[in-house]
Amino acid sequence: PEPGGCCCRRPLRANGCVANGEVRNGYVRSSAAAAAAAAGQIHHVTQNGGLYKRPFNEAFEETPMLVAVLTYVGYGVLTLFGYLRDFLRHWRIEKCHHATERKEQQDFVSLYQDFENFYTRNLYMRIRDNWNRPICSVPGARVDIMERQSHDYNWSFKYTGNIIKGVINMGSYNYLGFARNTGSCQEAAAKVLEEYGVGVCSTRQEIGNLDKHEELEKLVASFLGVEAAMAYGMGFATNSMNIPALVGKGCLILSDELNHASLVLGARLSGATIRIFKHNNMQSLEKLLKDAIVYGQPRTRRPWKKILILVEGIYSMEGSIVRLPEVIALKKKYKAYLYLDEAHSIGALGPTGRGVVDYFGLDPQDVDVMMGTFTKSFGASGGYIGGKKELIDYLRTHSHSAVYATSLSPPVVEQIVTSMKCIMGQDGTTLGKECIQQLAENTRYFRRRLKEMGFIIYGNEDSPVVPLMLYMPAKIGAFGREMLKRNIGVVVVGFPATPIIESRARFCLSAAHTKEILDTALKEIDEVGDLLQLKYSRHRLVPLLDRPFDETTYEETE
Amino acid sequence: MATAAEQWVLVEMVQALYEAPAYHLILEGILILWIIRLLFSKTYKLQERSDLTLKEKEELIEEWQPEPLVPPVSKDHPALNYNVVSGPPSHNIVVNGKKCVNFASFNFLGLLDNARVKAAALASLKKYGVGTCGPRGFYGTFDVHLDLEDRLAKFMKTEEAIIYSYGFATIASAIPAYSKRGDIVFVDRAACFAIQKGLQASRSDIKWFRHNDVADLERLLREQEAEDLKNPRKARVTRRFIVVEGLYMNTGTVCPLPELVKLKYKYKARIFLEESLSFGVLGEHGRGVTEHFGISIDDIDLISANMENSLASVGGFCCGRSFVIDHQRLSGQGYCFSASLPPLLAAAAIEALNIMEENPGIFLVLKEKCERIHKALQGISGLKVVGEPLSPAFHLQLTDSTGSREEDVKLLQEIVNHCMNRGIALTQARYLEKEEKCLPPPSIRVVVTVEQTDEELERAARTLKEAARAVLL
Repeated sequence: PEPGGCCCRRPLRANGCVANGEVRNGYVRSSAAAAAAAAGQIHHVTQNGGLYKRPFNEAFEETPMLVAVLTYVGYGVLTLFGYLRDFLRHWRIEKCHHATERKEQQDFVSLYQDFENFYTRNLYMRIRDNWNRPICSVPGARVDIMERQSHDYNWSFKYTGNIIKGVINMGSYNYLGFARNTGSCQEAAAKVLEEYGVGVCSTRQEIGNLDKHEELEKLVASFLGVEAAMAYGMGFATNSMNIPALVGKGCLILSDELNHASLVLGARLSGATIRIFKHNNMQSLEKLLKDAIVYGQPRTRRPWKKILILVEGIYSMEGSIVRLPEVIALKKKYKAYLYLDEAHSIGALGPTGRGVVDYFGLDPQDVDVMMGTFTKSFGASGGYIGGKKELIDYLRTHSHSAVYATSLSPPVVEQIVTSMKCIMGQDGTTLGKECIQQLAENTRYFRRRLKEMGFIIYGNEDSPVVPLMLYMPAKIGAFGREMLKRNIGVVVVGFPATPIIESRARFCLSAAHTKEILDTALKEIDEVGDLLQLKYSRHRLVPLLDRPFDETTYEETE
Repeated sequence: MATAAEQWVLVEMVQALYEAPAYHLILEGILILWIIRLLFSKTYKLQERSDLTLKEKEELIEEWQPEPLVPPVSKDHPALNYNVVSGPPSHNIVVNGKKCVNFASFNFLGLLDNARVKAAALASLKKYGVGTCGPRGFYGTFDVHLDLEDRLAKFMKTEEAIIYSYGFATIASAIPAYSKRGDIVFVDRAACFAIQKGLQASRSDIKWFRHNDVADLERLLREQEAEDLKNPRKARVTRRFIVVEGLYMNTGTVCPLPELVKLKYKYKARIFLEESLSFGVLGEHGRGVTEHFGISIDDIDLISANMENSLASVGGFCCGRSFVIDHQRLSGQGYCFSASLPPLLAAAAIEALNIMEENPGIFLVLKEKCERIHKALQGISGLKVVGEPLSPAFHLQLTDSTGSREEDVKLLQEIVNHCMNRGIALTQARYLEKEEKCLPPPSIRVVVTVEQTDEELERAARTLKEAARAVLL
């Protein structure tokens, strides 16, 4: 049944094999018989049957051949035109809009290679209006966007002064809906702001360690279920400034190929050897682990000092969830250490919002370094690392952030404290729990509906990050603009954030989205999908309501 | 005609073959076979292959013992137990339960506790909430960010400014946005840690010159010029940068900018200037070291500074010509891949800029206070002042080191504790000893702010003198 022979970069994953049931494009057969039948073709079932306590449904439908070819043709045409335009610009036939070097410095070596900017100049510039859209309200379920116009094909923008009111926000990482300007969080933050001011003007190790920071760290530790935690002023820097404190020369980092830039930068700054495994592919990880221990360091042949596995909870461009039970099993088997980046999953996953560890019902003690950010679910900014007391003590003395960077702003700290207490139910309400449930429901509903419409949707059915595949470069701009016209703000991404042919739109669900908002959004997406012919999926699903869920009907979805 | 002739040659060849003696044919046959064998055989012998068996591999895996994730930290590590500040870290600060006058936070202009700044931040909080929930590209650009960028550009009199959400990440992201593998960066040895990390991320060739030593820099530039003459093709694509700080964090000294600008044009190297300490401090209007020396800001390719010192907010910015700065919007990692600055912090920075613009006299006041305490701290037995009289953040080092860094740190900590008990909050300058390129000697950091009264400055100097006498003699 699998359409073969396509230039997809992960044919393995497209099989969507899981633990307690077989998945084909999002459908689960969780009965034992079905699992047994599937066992012959899917080795994961037998191998890891016991690891997962819940169905793990992740699908990455392969790119249809025709679409892939057309996408390449699209890029080809754009590139040809780019060269033509560059030629015209070179001979001053076309007006140059981009900024140029100072006259006095014309004879310096050019600051950046012209070729580097070819893509920016000729491809990105055409659809630049889809990014950096300035907003002027809370980034909640609806958002106000400042209208802007360009009279020179996006080289410059002019603000018209109009505000596009009440745009449905499908782009912000406001998973639990804590981005608000009213309510308990805002009130608490305002109080702290008036008492403390906004700045700290010193580092944690010098004189920037406020009582507020200590309070936050204790709370984070108890939230995560770890011995201790430390908070930092920026999520990106939490990775890039702490990984170098943990590993160094003679250590090995095994990193998922789709890890975030901050993890990549941290790994690179550490000086450790870096090896990449295929995205969420446990065979690939195990092979690297085995080889690393058996063969040791290249050239010197010494054994590695330690091995650190870097994974993310939810991958923000794929919408996939890390196969944590298997990663933990491997890490234990091979005595490696695990660094888990929960930037997108903390708060957004798990029955109590404790992230991916909670989602799989695992023990936080099994993850050596629990990292996450406060930017997303908590509606604040900054990042944290949690773990054993020895780890945190070491970071308190050796983290680059603790020594050289200004500590978190007190009102931001208060926002985190209040929202975290709310999630934990310590504020005496069930608001936090309701938000978590709402998000989970929204996620399932939105993903199911999009699949039914016939879009190719990547990722895990429980991931609030929902990538909708657009593939063709021209459709990136068209989709973004068409949606904004219909008062919906979406994020579209293309190369280099994704592989060249896998351009996509990304929706981030939020507990703040009501059913009504989601239905409006879905209706518009449906229409735009027809308009732009985005319904690529060849596994049309029959809407759930129309059809009982059993094995006989299962077959017809193929 | 030609074909007939060729045919004839062929016939002749076949005939020759018949006529040849048998031994000749055999010999040639053997030679041909030999050539074929040589062609298909390997030219060297591979070593005996000794693949590990599955069992051996398992044994190896069983045997391997990794180092612990982190080495243990001793309980009395000087940096393990932080000072705890209760309440705001403003002019009057409560450290570890003791009420002190703050001589440690980089709150030069006293804006941390400013009512106007707080009010602006509060208004922003009530409008936007706290977080931005996204990077600049994805609905994380607020009108406040655009305003702040605009205001910073105007304040610095440059074409464009770009803001980052974290001071440290600013220069650390800006350097690798331009300088790539193969490019050459000339850096002062005293450069702060953020610059060092930026350089490391850029993977460029790094040439360190002696601190504030223009002659040494010129020597390196000249060496490079000679190198370039040898390989002009490579030189045409090798970018050269000079990275310096306006006011050095680690030494409290000002960079010799006029000479550096001369070298810039002479050797065609671009200047990146880190102004975290000098922005809002030096110059008539607080525009930093360019204004201090009266140098046109256009002569500097990129200026970066954080908003965490003078502006008493959080974050950082870079400014310069659009041609330079705009490039970071797609290439600055800390800009593209990080959530944007919380709007309330941006609003606070805008209001702080307003205050700076409205009271240009404030910079003169700061300068006078710096000079006053510099003078007062001269001649303390056992301690020497490191830093220029105009620097609001400078160091006190031991005149005679005990020979061990650990002992020095302990002595200085005793002095700090002594002062802290007497109502003067100070701190040692903290460094990562193993990571710093040129580790400065241990020191006590003294920070001057406009809020400190003359009486408080005198008291601080007096207390330090007493402490030095009590601890060092």
